[in-house]
Amino acid sequence: MSNLARRKLINNSMTVLTGLCALFAVASLFLILGYIFWGGVRGLSFGFLVNSPKPIGEPGSGIANAIVGTIILITLGSVIGMPVGILGGIYLSEFGSNKFGLLLRFLIDTLTGTPSIIVGVFVWTVMVHPMGHFSALSGGVALGIMMMPIVARTTEEMIRLVPHSLREAGLALGAPRWRVTLGVVLRTAASGVATGAMLAVARIAGETAPLLFTALGLNYLSTNLLQPMASLTFQIYYYAQSPYEEWHDMAWAATLVLVTMILALNIAVKILTRNRHQQA
Amino acid sequence: MHSSVSVPSSAVPSVGEIQTRRKSELDPATAQSAAPNKMKIENVNFYYGKTRALKDITLSIPPNQVTAFIGPSGCGKSTLLRTLNRMNDVIPGTRIEGRVELDGEDIYAPGTDVVSLRRRAGMVFQKSNPFPRSIFDNVAYGLRINNLTHSRGELAERVESSLRAAAIWDEVKDRLKESAYGLSGGQQQRLCIARALAVEPEVVLMDEPCSALDPIATQKIEELIVELKARYTIIIVTHNMQQAARVSDLTAFFWLGEMIELNTTEKMFTKPDKPMTEDYITGRFG
Repeated sequence: MSNLARRKLINNSMTVLTGLCALFAVASLFLILGYIFWGGVRGLSFGFLVNSPKPIGEPGSGIANAIVGTIILITLGSVIGMPVGILGGIYLSEFGSNKFGLLLRFLIDTLTGTPSIIVGVFVWTVMVHPMGHFSALSGGVALGIMMMPIVARTTEEMIRLVPHSLREAGLALGAPRWRVTLGVVLRTAASGVATGAMLAVARIAGETAPLLFTALGLNYLSTNLLQPMASLTFQIYYYAQSPYEEWHDMAWAATLVLVTMILALNIAVKILTRNRHQQA
Repeated sequence: MHSSVSVPSSAVPSVGEIQTRRKSELDPATAQSAAPNKMKIENVNFYYGKTRALKDITLSIPPNQVTAFIGPSGCGKSTLLRTLNRMNDVIPGTRIEGRVELDGEDIYAPGTDVVSLRRRAGMVFQKSNPFPRSIFDNVAYGLRINNLTHSRGELAERVESSLRAAAIWDEVKDRLKESAYGLSGGQQQRLCIARALAVEPEVVLMDEPCSALDPIATQKIEELIVELKARYTIIIVTHNMQQAARVSDLTAFFWLGEMIELNTTEKMFTKPDKPMTEDYITGRFG
């Protein structure tokens, strides 16, 4: 086979191979989503979304408490994790080219890789045990700790992508450094930073292990932050392990609700942060 | 060597044109202006780490004139320009020795307000760098952050006058809210000039402002520079000698970090003092 023909064959084979891999990855996603949809859609109803759980046998049971609980927990987690994460990411990208920055980056990466159950046990030791009871607050803290390093790293990466020429343009107009960093750099990187932050929110919305030790779960709707709090993930875990068929169906439907919420969150962020000014 | 673009022959001034064109206020013998110098550079040495990029530079910048820094790539002219508004401060590992004065005050003295310095000495960069915002917001940026206007009406007025000063108002007046990235390269550069002029600097530093532009845009900006010097002191770095000959009153020739010669433009391009200058200008090396 001539050289050219061989190169063409390799080119085409690799194109087909990588295409098949991509297809496989996407197909897996669609299979999972499809399975969840199939399993959960029959359990969905308006009552399901607005009612709290009722005793076995009574009709009209729902997961409203878990939906509200998840929203409260991820809000708490975001309040803790996002500001610290974004500001930390700004520090790393603007001022972090020294030894301290290297160390910081390493520690943050380590924190990212910490198993979620360890974070839960840590917050149990530090908050739940002294307080004497489970609480939504400690759940929020655990989720915030998990969020922080993810947000910091993605923020750093997004800010690094802003061209240096824009920083210089701002400085040359007589803007102080903090103003250039926040007003020009962060604003330009805003859509990327927001995407990273929302991906982190989506990630913690699906966490169960840290909540096992901090927020636990609740069978009725509550907004009391100092008491245990229901969450979709915990409810799914709890129902799925039970012997009741009715609860299994509810677990499937709750899974569908959770996945839909996360998907809706991602789409909303994409729309809201689209860049109106395309780089020339 | 420099222009791979063919420039219309009318753009290259003849010897006679250079001599008669400018009523320069500079004394041909000493290249000094009667008015006190706007900026003064005294015995400046500049280091990138261990490398000495500028060697013992001394020159004065006269007010309301165009001073050109010429020389081959890597000779230090951009570095020198950036010392004038302390933009080199953002590069780590740099060090300066010597004195740089603006209106008689050392700008490297400890406690200098660098932010205010950069407002007084504005800069236009080689590659235009508008913010990813609307045309209006680009020009308004400097005004807003320095709190230079007190009402929306005043802001709009200042933006308009800056865009007029940069000779781009007619082209953008109907699309002020559109993204700056929708403009052509030459228009973006004029927008950056308008942005720099909006904060009413005293000195405008231009780092090869036309090197990324086509000849028509270049001509427009060169005409603009000659108009602007009535209100501002302009220092322009250019690797295009014909451009220096066209627009500047005073020219400094640099080579490998040293200033070889400083002269009025007329003299520099007709009868330079140093043979090296003559070799560079006639294209014997570059």
